[in-house]
Amino acid sequence: MSEQAARLRGKDLLGIADLTASEISLILDTAEAMKEVSARPIKKVPALRGKTVINLFYEPSTRTRTSFEVAEKRLSADTLNIAIATSSVVKGETLIDTALNLEAMNPDVIVMRHSSSGACHLLARICKAGIVNAGDGMHEHPTQGLLDAFTIRERKGRLQGLKVAIIGDMLHSRVFRSNVYLLTKMGAEVWACGPPTLMPAGIDQLGVRATTRVEEAVADADAVMMLRIQLERMQGGFFPSLREYFQVFGMTPERVRLAKPDTIIMHPGPMNRGVEIASEVADGSASVILDQVANGVAVRMAVLYLLAGGGDDETAA
Amino acid sequence: MRLLLKGARVVDPASGVDGARDILIEGGRIALVDHEIPPGETGDTRVVELGPALVVCPGFIDMHVHLREPGYEHKETVATGAAAAVAGGFTAVACMPNTNPVNDSASVTRFILKQAAEASLARVYPIGAVSKGSDGKELAEMADMRDAGCVAFSDDGRPVATALLMRRALEYAGMLGMPVIDHCEDKTLAGEGVAHEGFNASQLGLRGIPSAAEDVMVERDIVLAAMTGGHAHIAHLSTAGALRAVRGAKARGVRVTCEVAPHHFTLSDERLLAPLAYDTNLKMNPPLRQASDRGALVEGLRDGTVDVIATDHAPHHADDKKVEFDRASFGIVGLETAVSLSLDRLVHAGIVSLGRMVELLSANPARILGVPGGRIAAGDAADLTILAPDLTVTVAAASFRSKARNTPYDGWQLRGGVAATVVGGRTLFVNPGVPQAAGLGRA
Repeated sequence: MSEQAARLRGKDLLGIADLTASEISLILDTAEAMKEVSARPIKKVPALRGKTVINLFYEPSTRTRTSFEVAEKRLSADTLNIAIATSSVVKGETLIDTALNLEAMNPDVIVMRHSSSGACHLLARICKAGIVNAGDGMHEHPTQGLLDAFTIRERKGRLQGLKVAIIGDMLHSRVFRSNVYLLTKMGAEVWACGPPTLMPAGIDQLGVRATTRVEEAVADADAVMMLRIQLERMQGGFFPSLREYFQVFGMTPERVRLAKPDTIIMHPGPMNRGVEIASEVADGSASVILDQVANGVAVRMAVLYLLAGGGDDETAA
Repeated sequence: MRLLLKGARVVDPASGVDGARDILIEGGRIALVDHEIPPGETGDTRVVELGPALVVCPGFIDMHVHLREPGYEHKETVATGAAAAVAGGFTAVACMPNTNPVNDSASVTRFILKQAAEASLARVYPIGAVSKGSDGKELAEMADMRDAGCVAFSDDGRPVATALLMRRALEYAGMLGMPVIDHCEDKTLAGEGVAHEGFNASQLGLRGIPSAAEDVMVERDIVLAAMTGGHAHIAHLSTAGALRAVRGAKARGVRVTCEVAPHHFTLSDERLLAPLAYDTNLKMNPPLRQASDRGALVEGLRDGTVDVIATDHAPHHADDKKVEFDRASFGIVGLETAVSLSLDRLVHAGIVSLGRMVELLSANPARILGVPGGRIAAGDAADLTILAPDLTVTVAAASFRSKARNTPYDGWQLRGGVAATVVGGRTLFVNPGVPQAAGLGRA
């Protein structure tokens, strides 16, 4: 094991691209301790008591927002949610003005989801509060990448040397980018598969093996991660039909059999059953999709603790 | 009243001059250029000893600027744009028609010229719209606009979308002996793109504008220019592929010319990642391309394929830039940084000679637009750009004459700058950091 970081270098978590391997390990190890908290009868520690966390969501989200909120409450933070429909954004307030207003209330952490890539960078530059990126456009979704890695590591004991196949819409996916950055930094072999119309330009330079043959991507994989196909993409002309997409790229029991016998099947949700994944696979014994959800809380507790709780003056978890 | 400039190096490739000359200006016009001009005896000649450290060039002409007036005066006006021009060493600018209303009629053209005359700074040459409202359907009244003072036609920002309209525009403008300037971008390929399609945009999750969006339109325009005999001028060319196409077309004798913007020969798209990720002052259209494109443009500037350096000066209010990257307006200001960038990155870098730089900034744009200038010759208006090639310049956006501050070069230290700008014999800008030019400032 390489030397472990004792803390994160930055005040923010904007993307996996900014993290070192030892920072990633620190978050994953901290998440293990946090997972234990969630298993207790009283699922609460005082690590963030007296800290204020704002969840600022410019895009609808059930899973991620709920997961952050559960994580914040288990750490005893004071949380509040701002969703786009109830904020002044509909009146046309700029992101910077919203940020300055929130900043004036002196929060410790702002968790933000936004449809524009780089929106959290803008926020991070003007706020003293730590910014946690909960998904920015097509850029990154770092806590998803971390919870995916946590789930793989939990099952496989390691990330180094594993073959991970990621299948689906890579072009528009922030989950894809965060996973690629994380898994390649941790020494996994990442295969990326999907129609060429949904592959980002320069994909080879991302350090992945790109293929359009799903069988090749899945062969002997230790983990298979399906990405959600956003149904509006079909209208964009990226592929001819959902039916054909499932035929060519859908994860079927037959294709799963090409992977390692102990492979795990992952999906960041929400799933389109019968589009990117067959129900038999989603509900099958190899599926860890609900483990991912459970681990999301632990990983987000770890991130919040490391950014806002750890250290000098507070009781550790 | 006569003005005698003495002792400077005169670089005027159109007249074949590069050496120490004296220049005598009388009544706003060049009276004489010679090795040693005596002040004369009447005593009404003001003598300014510039000395050999300064370089006198024919006035620089920026053939691609946006002055925003009428319609967007909070971003820039004809007056502030013309002030930025003279501060940046430009004695003339040609302004694009994407105002509100669009400059698609003689009345808008006359309004712009009236504003320019009131400002009485840099000369302003309006560029008329190719199509009414620049909406790509019917030709605008080109002959009428020419008579009112337009020097070229363009639907800049909104590419001439159909091949048919481009054909007609080249034919009709050809009758008038005027170029059609095209912003070459296939909008179906560019889509909602905000950055050059490639590895860097992919890492940042920014929607891409592929090089092909530019290349296919440049190729189309070349084919149509060859077919019609019209003159197509490619605005802000940014890709290696487009440059290759222009080089080939020129070799075949097609009437095609092109310009390159300073940001495209000084920056490439890896800057989007660092030092400041998602800096909206690096968002422009065409986007910053990849390093190999930048290298190709530098080579095109060197080998003569590129005809013109033009800034695509695109002033925006801070409100249009202090937003999320994909919501920010495209474009940066260029008038007050172009000369220093050209001197530093092209001349001092050994890419082009000073003479070639003068061709790119003066002689060639004058020729393409068919406007006076581009040389220093007896009888011509005394439009002069005086350079201090070794001056250390620190770009300070806060002191720009432009209303806008949207530049990625703030704080850059560059070698070479403008010493003074003379339009029609009147000194309209003197750089206080250049003591040798101080004499020009005393009336």
